[in-house]
Amino acid sequence: MTVTTLTHLPGQSRRGERLLIGLAVSLSLLFIAAPLAFIFARAFSRGWEVYAANILHPMTLHAIWLTTITAIIVVPLNVAFGIAAAWAVAKHRFPGRGILVTMIEIPFSISPIIAGICYLLLYGRQGLLGPWLQANDLQVMFALPGIVLVTMFVTAPFVAREVLPLMQAQGTEQEEAAVTLGANGWQIFTRVTLPNIKWALLYGAVLCTARAVGEFGGVSVVSGNIRGQTNTLPLHVELLFNDLNAVGAFAAASTLTLIAIVALLVKAVLEGRKAG
Amino acid sequence: MTIPFIRTALVAAALAASPAAAQDSLLNTSYDVARELFEALNPVFADHWQETTGRTITIDMSHGGSSRQARAILEGLRADIVTFNQETDIDVLAAGGLLSADWRDALPNGASPWYSLPAFLVRDGNPLNIQDWDDLARADVSVIFPNPRTSGNARYTYLAAFAYALEQNDGDEDAAEAFVRAIFDNVPVFDTGGRGATQTFAERNIGDVLVTFEAETGGIAAAYADQGLERITPSVSLFAAFPVAVVSEVAERNGTSELATAYLEWLYTEDAQRIVAQNYYRVADEGVSAEFADQLPDVRLVTVDDVFGGWDAIQENHFAEGARLDNVFVNQ
Amino acid sequence: MSTATFDPPIRAKRVLPGFTLSLGTTLLYLTLIVLIPVAALILKGAEIGPDRFWRIISSPRAVAAFQITLTAAAIATVFNAVYGLLMAWVLVRYDFPGKRLLDALMDVPFALPTAVAGLSLTALFSANGWFGTVLHPAGIPVVYTIWGIAMAMAFTSVPFVVRTVQPVLEDMDPALEQAAVTLGARPWAIFSRVVFPAILPAWLAGCTTAFARSLGEFGAIVFIAGNLPFKTEIAALLAYIRLEEFDYNGAAAIALVLLGFALILLLVSNLLQFWASRYHEVSR
Repeated sequence: MTVTTLTHLPGQSRRGERLLIGLAVSLSLLFIAAPLAFIFARAFSRGWEVYAANILHPMTLHAIWLTTITAIIVVPLNVAFGIAAAWAVAKHRFPGRGILVTMIEIPFSISPIIAGICYLLLYGRQGLLGPWLQANDLQVMFALPGIVLVTMFVTAPFVAREVLPLMQAQGTEQEEAAVTLGANGWQIFTRVTLPNIKWALLYGAVLCTARAVGEFGGVSVVSGNIRGQTNTLPLHVELLFNDLNAVGAFAAASTLTLIAIVALLVKAVLEGRKAG
Repeated sequence: MTIPFIRTALVAAALAASPAAAQDSLLNTSYDVARELFEALNPVFADHWQETTGRTITIDMSHGGSSRQARAILEGLRADIVTFNQETDIDVLAAGGLLSADWRDALPNGASPWYSLPAFLVRDGNPLNIQDWDDLARADVSVIFPNPRTSGNARYTYLAAFAYALEQNDGDEDAAEAFVRAIFDNVPVFDTGGRGATQTFAERNIGDVLVTFEAETGGIAAAYADQGLERITPSVSLFAAFPVAVVSEVAERNGTSELATAYLEWLYTEDAQRIVAQNYYRVADEGVSAEFADQLPDVRLVTVDDVFGGWDAIQENHFAEGARLDNVFVNQ
Repeated sequence: MSTATFDPPIRAKRVLPGFTLSLGTTLLYLTLIVLIPVAALILKGAEIGPDRFWRIISSPRAVAAFQITLTAAAIATVFNAVYGLLMAWVLVRYDFPGKRLLDALMDVPFALPTAVAGLSLTALFSANGWFGTVLHPAGIPVVYTIWGIAMAMAFTSVPFVVRTVQPVLEDMDPALEQAAVTLGARPWAIFSRVVFPAILPAWLAGCTTAFARSLGEFGAIVFIAGNLPFKTEIAALLAYIRLEEFDYNGAAAIALVLLGFALILLLVSNLLQFWASRYHEVSR
C-alpha cells in the first residue's frame, strides 16, 4: 500500500477519504450484508426447533444430498477441463486460440434458462436425441444426468478462467527446462506446473462449487421438480415458498448461504496463499 | 441431534442412489394446488399398504400446472400415475401413446375420485362487493387466475365464465366471448400454475379477487386467516372433475402397475375421501359429503357435457390454435 | 477472438507434451457440453422460419419483455458502474478497519445462489420487511416494480465491475500520480485526468460483463419482479413461460435473441479487455 499516502493531500482530501469510505461501507452494508443477514433472521424467526425441523425434514435432506452429489460429479470434471483448457491455451500456440478462449467464456454470458432450453431441445423426449434415448431406455431430462449436464454447462468457465491467466503469466520456461532434463509429460505437470497453479486451481474449484450448488434457472428447466428425487436445494427453496412455508424456505436458503460463506472463507485463505 | 440427522441423511442417500427400489416407489404427477392434499393422503396410504402387503413404499410428488405436467410427461418425465384436474390433459397422454384411450373406464365416476368448482377469494370485508361472474368483468376489478395454456385450473375458470355468459346472453357465443375477454383484460398476471396465482394474490397482495378451485380458496382462507380473506361462491359454476390415471407405459416399465392401480382405487375409499373433503374438495361418497356439508355452500353446477357438448368440442371450439381462447387471451 | 491475430506465429516444433491430449479434452468437453446444445437451439430457431421468428419476437409482449430487460439492466449497470468503481477505489487506495471484510463482502453475490438472493431481497423490501417498512409508507414500492428487477440485477452483477477494476488500480504506476501532485493538481483533477483514463478500459469491460450478466439473470428476479406481462416480465422469464406452455418455437426464438445479445456483449467485453491489457503494457 505504498500509494496510500499519495491521496493524503492536506485538508479536504482527508475528509473526502472518510466520506468515500463511509459511503462504500454503508452502501455495502445495506445492499449486500443486509440481505445476507435477513436470511438467517427469517430462518430463525420461529426459533431453533422449527429451524432444525425444517432442515431435518427428509425432503430438505434429500435436496441437500442431491445438490451435493451434483457438485461432487461436476466439480472434478470441471477441474479436469479447466486444467486441460489452460494447458492447451497457455502452453501452446495454435491458430484459433482466441476463438477457443471466447468459446470457453460463452456460458458466462448465456442465461442459464437458455442453457436449460438448449438441453431440453436436445435430450427431451421430443428433442433431437429423444427417440434414440427413448429406444435405449436412457433418462436424461428430469433426472440426475440432466441436472448434472446443465450444471456443467453453467460452470464450465470457472476453473479455466482462474488457471489460464496464471499459466500464461508463468510462461513455459520451467516446463521446457524439465523437458530437457528428460521428464515426461505427467512428471512435468505434477512436479512443475501443478505446484505453481495449485492455489488458483483450488480457488477456481471453490467458485465452481459455489456456483454448482446454487444453480437455479437452468436446473429448473430440466428438473421436473419431483420432490425427494430431482429437487435440488435452490429449487427446494422455491418449492417450500410455494408450499406457503416461508420460514422453511428461508431455512433451506440459510444452508445455501452457509455454503456460500464457507466458500468465501476458503477463498480468502487461498487468496492469502496465492499472494504468499 | 447428530445421530438422527446422519440416519435420515443415509436414508435419503439410499433413496437417491437406488433405483432398484423402484418397485416400491411411485411418482404421482399432480396439479399445482394439490400440494397439501397429497401431503395428507400419502402417509395414510403408505400405512394402509404396509398393513395389507407388508411392504414399505415411498410416494414422490411433482406439482405444477396440469397441462405443463402432462407435457413434461410427454417430454419424458416418468410419472407412474397422474392426478390431474382436467380430462384433456390425460387425453393428451393417451394420444401420445402413454396410456390407453379408455382410461375413464378404469375407475368409478369416469375415473374422478373428487371434484371441485371455480370459486372466488376476495379481500377482507369484500370492499368491491364481488359476488358473481359479472363483477369480474367490471372495469374497477383486478382479477387473478393462472395461465390457461399451462393450468387446467385457469381453463375451468375460462369455461365457467363462458358458461355463465352463455346463460346471460341466451346462448350467444360471441357475446359470451366478449364477456370473458373483459374478464381476461382485468388480469395483470397469468402465473403458470394455480399456486403461483395464489402467491400473487395472497403474498404479493396483487388483485382484488382470486379465481381458483373452491378447494384452494378454502385452504388459503384458512392458511392466511390473519388477512381475513373471504370465500365467495358464484351463483353458477362449472363441475370440475379431477381425473386420475395410471400412466401404463411408465408403470409397466417401472413394474409399478399393481401398486399404482391400488393407490388410485384407494382414493375412492371412505378414509381417503374424508381426507379429501377435509381439504375442501367435494366427494362422491355421500356419508362423507354429509359430514362436511357446512363447509361447502350450495351452488348450481353445470357440466362440460351440458354446456359445451364435451371435451372434444371444447378442444375444437375453444382451446385449439386460433379458437376462442386465442381471441380472449390476447394479453399473452 | 481478437487476441488470436496478435499471437506470434506457430512454432515449428512443439516443445511441451500433452498438446493433443489437452486440446482434445478441451474441444470434446466444449463440444458436448456447450456447442451441441447451443447448436440444437440454433437448429430449432432455423426450423421456425424467418417470418414466424420475426412475428414471435416482435409480438407486443415479447418487445415489452426485451425493453424491460434492457432498461432494468441499464439501470443496474449504471448503478454498478458508480458503486463498483467506488468499491474498487476504496478497497485499493484506503486502509481502514474492516477492509478485508468489506473486500470479502464483494464476493457474496458470486457465491450466494441467485434464487436465495432474490428471495431475501424480496422479503427485505416487501411491505413487512426491514427496508419495506420504511420505504412503503414513503410511497416507494421496490418489490414488483422495474426498480426491484434492477436491484436484483445490480446485486448479482456488482462483483464483475469491482473485480475487473481492482487489479488495474492496484497495478497503476504511482509515479504518474506523484508527478501530478508535484505539479499541484487537485485530487479530482488527478482522478479524472490520470487515474480514470488508465482504468477506463477495464471499467468498461467490467460494466459490459455486468450488463450481459444482468440480461440473463433469472433466479434473483423471478421472486422480486411480480412477473406482470408488459410491466415487470423479463425476457428470460417469457422464454421460460413459453417453454412451460410447450411453445418451443416461442421459447427458442426468444432464447436466440438473448443468445445474440450475449454473444455481442461477450465480443465487446473481450475487445475492451484486450484494449485494457494493451493500455496496461504501454503505461508500464
